Amino acid sequence: MTKETFKVKVGLAEMLKGGVIMDVTNVEQAKIAEEAGAVSVMALERIPSDIRKDGGVARMSNPHMIKEIQDNVSIPVMAKCRIGHFAEAQILEALEVDFIDESEVLTMADEYSHVDKHPFKVPFVCGARNLGEALRRIHEGAALIRTKGEAGSGNIVEAVRHMKMITSQIVELKNADLLKKAEEFKVPLDLVEEVAKNQKLSVPNFAAGGIATPADASLMMQLGAETVFVGSGIFKSEDPSERAHAVVKAVTHFENAKDVLTASYDLKDAMKGILMSDIPEDQKFSNRGD
Amino acid sequence: MIGVLALQGNFDSHVKILEKINLNHKLVKDSKDLSSLSGLILPGGESTTISNLLRRNKNMIDEINLLASKKPILGSCAGLILMSKNSNDNRVHNFDFLDITTDRNAYGRQVYSFEAEINVKYGKISSNLNSLFIRAPKVNEIGRKVEILATYKNEIVAVKQGKHVGLSCHPELLDETLIHEICFKGKK
Repeated sequence: MTKETFKVKVGLAEMLKGGVIMDVTNVEQAKIAEEAGAVSVMALERIPSDIRKDGGVARMSNPHMIKEIQDNVSIPVMAKCRIGHFAEAQILEALEVDFIDESEVLTMADEYSHVDKHPFKVPFVCGARNLGEALRRIHEGAALIRTKGEAGSGNIVEAVRHMKMITSQIVELKNADLLKKAEEFKVPLDLVEEVAKNQKLSVPNFAAGGIATPADASLMMQLGAETVFVGSGIFKSEDPSERAHAVVKAVTHFENAKDVLTASYDLKDAMKGILMSDIPEDQKFSNRGD
Repeated sequence: MIGVLALQGNFDSHVKILEKINLNHKLVKDSKDLSSLSGLILPGGESTTISNLLRRNKNMIDEINLLASKKPILGSCAGLILMSKNSNDNRVHNFDFLDITTDRNAYGRQVYSFEAEINVKYGKISSNLNSLFIRAPKVNEIGRKVEILATYKNEIVAVKQGKHVGLSCHPELLDETLIHEICFKGKK
C-alpha cells in the first residue's frame, strides 16, 4: 500500500471536519440525521446504550440494514466491525461502506491484535484513550482517530479524559527522549518524531463516547476535537430531530456561546446517562483493546 | 482578505494554502463575516450538510450572491457542486456561479476515491498537479462562457467562468497552490 493511497483515506476524514457523525439504526433515523445536517451516519443495529443494556455478543450489523441506509442518504455511511475481526471488515468493504469503525462498542474478536488496516481500500477509524494507543492504531493503518470516551453512557467525563490525555502527551514529546517514547508506545520512531514535530496527530482527531448535549459537543470541539460522533445521545433523547439540529449548530459555532445557547434553548430532556462508578470495570467498553 | 466558508468541511487545508501564497484570510461562519472580502473559498465537505446549514441562514446566501457579483469565488468538490447551475439533487443548494451541470459522487463511494495528476492548461500555464478525488463529482455539461482549466483522462476537472473557479478534486490536500494563485492572484 503506497503513501498516496493512505492520503486518499485520510482525505475523506478531512472532508468530515467541523461536522457531526450520528449513530442511526434505520432509514428513518438516517434521513432525520441527514436533514439535520449530519456529515455522516454510523449504521448499526443497536445503539451503544442498548448494547450495554441487552448484553450478549455484539457483532457487525446486518448488511441488508446497512445497504438500505446507503441507498437512502447522500452522505457517507460508516459501519462497525469487531476489534480484530478482519473478515467482518472485508464484508463491510465489499458492501462499499465509506468508513469502518473498528469499535470497542462491539464484543472483541481478537484480544491480541487489531485488524491490519493497510491492505484495505476503505478507511478505518479507531478509538484511543491515550497517545500510545492512537499511534499504534495509526501504525496499523487507521486514517482517523477518535476518543473512546465511554459509549452509551451519556457521560462526557471519559471523552474529556482521553482528549486531554492525548493533547498533553503530544506536548510532552517536545522535551522527551523520542526513542524511549517509541519503545514505550511500541511504534516506529519516525511516527513519534512526526507527531513531536507537528504537535498534532498525523491523521484527524475526532471526539466520541458520551456526547449527549450541544454543550458537550462544544466542549469537545474547544478541547481540540475536529468533529464529534454522537451515538446514543440523539435517538435516546425525547426530541431526536431537534437535538440533532442543535448538536450540529453547536459544532459549527462551538466557539460562540450565544449560538450554543440558542441551540440548547428549547430542547427537551437529554438521555439519562450513567455514572462511571456505576459501570463495573469489566463492562466498560473503553477497556477493550489497547 | 479572502474568506473561507467554515460551516463544515476541509476549510483548514484551504487556509494553509492561502498562508503559503501570502494571502490574508478569515473563516466565514455567518453573514457578517462576509463583508469587505476580496474573495471566497467554498471548500470540500458534504454538499448536503453545507447546503442545509446555508439554507438556515438566508442572509448568508444573499451575501454570498452579492460578493460573487464583484469578487472571485473558488470551489472544490462540494464547493463546485454548490457553484454549479444544476446538480439534479434538491438536497443541495446551487448558487449558479458556473454555467455547468454536475453529478454528485459520480465515481462512486469512498472505495473508488483516488489520487491522480491533473493537467492544468491556462494562458501560459501548462502544468501537472497532484490531486485527490474524494467521492468526487463530475462536470457533465458546460456553457459557452465556461473555460476548461484542467482535465484528467479527457474529463473536465476544473473550470473557470469570469472570476470564478471550480474544481472537482482536491489539489489543496497535497499542498498544491496553483489553482488558488490563478483564482486570487491572477496568475496566467
